[in-house]
Amino acid sequence: MKHTQGTAILAAHKYLLDNYPEVFVFGQGLWSPWYVGSTMTDLDKIYGKDRIIDSPVSEVAVTGAAIGASLYGYKPIVVHPRMDFMILAVDQIVTQAAKWSSMFGGQSHPNITIRGIVNRGGEQGAQHSQSLHSWFAHIPGLRVVMPTTVKDARDLLIASVLCPDPVLFIEDRWLYDEEDELDPVGEPLVLNDQESNILIEGSDLTIVANSFSCLQAKRVIEQLERENYSIELIDLRILNPLKYDKLVNSVKKTGRLLSIDGGWTTCGVAGEIIAGITERIDPSSLKTRPVRLTLTDAPAPTSKPLENEYYLSEEKIINTIKDMLN
Amino acid sequence: MANLLGDLVNPDKYQEPINISGFDTNHLMDDLKQMYVIRRVEEIIGDNIVTGVIKCPCHLGIGQEATAVGLSRYLRSSDRVFGGHRSHTHYLGLRGSVYKLFAETLGKLDGCSKGMGGSMHLYDPSIGFGGSVPIVGASVPIATGAALAAKKDNVGDIAVSYLGDSACEEGAVQESFNLASIMKLPIIFVVENNLFASHMHIDLRQPHNSTARFAEAHGIPFKVIDGNNLTDIYEASQEAVKYCRENKGPYFIEAMTYRWRGHVGPREDTDVGVKRKDDLNTWKKRDPIRRLKDSLINKNVLSENDFNEITKLIDKNLVEQWQKALDAPYPPKSLLTEIVYK
Ligand SMILES: Cc1ncc(C[n+]2csc(CCOP(=O)(O)OP(=O)(O)O)c2C)c(N)n1
Repeated sequence: MKHTQGTAILAAHKYLLDNYPEVFVFGQGLWSPWYVGSTMTDLDKIYGKDRIIDSPVSEVAVTGAAIGASLYGYKPIVVHPRMDFMILAVDQIVTQAAKWSSMFGGQSHPNITIRGIVNRGGEQGAQHSQSLHSWFAHIPGLRVVMPTTVKDARDLLIASVLCPDPVLFIEDRWLYDEEDELDPVGEPLVLNDQESNILIEGSDLTIVANSFSCLQAKRVIEQLERENYSIELIDLRILNPLKYDKLVNSVKKTGRLLSIDGGWTTCGVAGEIIAGITERIDPSSLKTRPVRLTLTDAPAPTSKPLENEYYLSEEKIINTIKDMLN
Repeated sequence: MANLLGDLVNPDKYQEPINISGFDTNHLMDDLKQMYVIRRVEEIIGDNIVTGVIKCPCHLGIGQEATAVGLSRYLRSSDRVFGGHRSHTHYLGLRGSVYKLFAETLGKLDGCSKGMGGSMHLYDPSIGFGGSVPIVGASVPIATGAALAAKKDNVGDIAVSYLGDSACEEGAVQESFNLASIMKLPIIFVVENNLFASHMHIDLRQPHNSTARFAEAHGIPFKVIDGNNLTDIYEASQEAVKYCRENKGPYFIEAMTYRWRGHVGPREDTDVGVKRKDDLNTWKKRDPIRRLKDSLINKNVLSENDFNEITKLIDKNLVEQWQKALDAPYPPKSLLTEIVYK
């Protein structure tokens, strides 16, 4: 069936709500599809307002209450239509949910999935544009999942909700209109078994990217194919806990590493990937120094010309690839 | 407590001209003009969203012009006023520059935030506007801190925190009420209660529709008023400002009002994807501009003709300001990284 990433996420919700009576969805804007693109359309009408719960403007209480319900048999999905609003609930996510299992001796697990949606561009400015996945990937105990493909958007969301740990599932609205043909949902994936995925095979350079930056890299590689570049693209998918085997093997093969991320530079996932790979390989196997591409280290601006400067462009990726290979 | 708003939530009520006896007609005329300016500015912004000339999200204050205009009359430029996502009215109420607002919505360098913030991030300390930010409730603790600084300065300056009914659902806002009360900080919390948080009516979000109950709970004196009645706003503001300037502690005003356009953008018929109820035309009869204008006409302070002349002049001026903003330059790309740190 033809899906966009948006309808794939909707399909994941339906699968979960159909098969797991303990799943409910909680957050702002759930009775108005506008807030979350096509990812929740009509869910309240199909499953009722008891299971699709729109909320007051109270991120902390809603997130915390979902954690609480998860400790007593439910599998809530919390929706923060914008990651910037989710930040209010960081104590509940980072200091409560992520610590819960360890600090109680592994006896209690918040089975909560939090959809943190990245929604940026369109001159929305500094407070409506953040993509803070690197922050959260820093936290032991919090699984961080970032789908790129339409299929992953559906299947990793299902895996996240069925995983007994707290999961931050980060979507980028810039991916919502991507299309793909999907088979019906099969046997659910086990989140703990998931790792990065080689989207395109190549021999001269490894690009590691995630979410929207992975789509950008894919477009660039498709353009460059005509010029006979052979580039391998790895979609990170799971930012925490991070598995390195595929990444390391790829860089061993190509000898070149370009790490791309749609977040900021310092202490970010792009740098983490470079560190994690290079400490696992012999330096002599690198043909050139690794490079990272990220956003400009500044709050997001509003006006269009500055937005164009701020966000990572495909042109910049192409130039970097050519520099590394020539 | 449950019924503090009473008939204020009934759109069929409070449609009559307002009581202006005893109020300075120059003030009334001046504020009538400013409310009209705000309405027209918002309409121009709305029209230019439709055509795609303005791209940043704009939350229009059409229908809600009176509160900020009335309160601003009693403020001075050393006071510190903070707002949220819907703050064009708060900025213009203080007589912020229309040109700079237009330029800001276009992301131009001449904007009040140098084109770096857009509609949702306004700033102009020359009029006492300390900043507006679109994270709901986020400027409330900051305004509280501005009041703390004012208290330390001890020269009678005060802070004003404009917030919506939904902001009262955020923990940080409740903490701020408590903090301001226990520290006796000179701050006026002004809740513009328009009954909605985007698509959600207050009855679906809170057990009672009046937010003044939070003032009562925190021991803050409060007034619940018709936020579309300029002279009611004058009276409440005068009392609140006096109380704060005399360093007695915080004050709380709940101004009942209604927004005519959708939560964000120019549409009247839908609100963030949800079709609106068809009671908007009834609410429009509570128009703060029309009610004041009718009162002035009834008292022979103004004629319909005068009003038309006044608005014609304003319209002409606004068109000029808009054109100038269109012609203004964008910020240089270097600004992106130059101003991240001082
Ligand atoms: C922390 C946070 N949560 C959610 C939002 C999304 N949001 C923007 S405005 C708004 C509702 C605002 O309602 P209210 O405060 O009553 O003000 P009004 O829009 O009616 O003027 C919401 C939920 C946000 N900006 N910040």
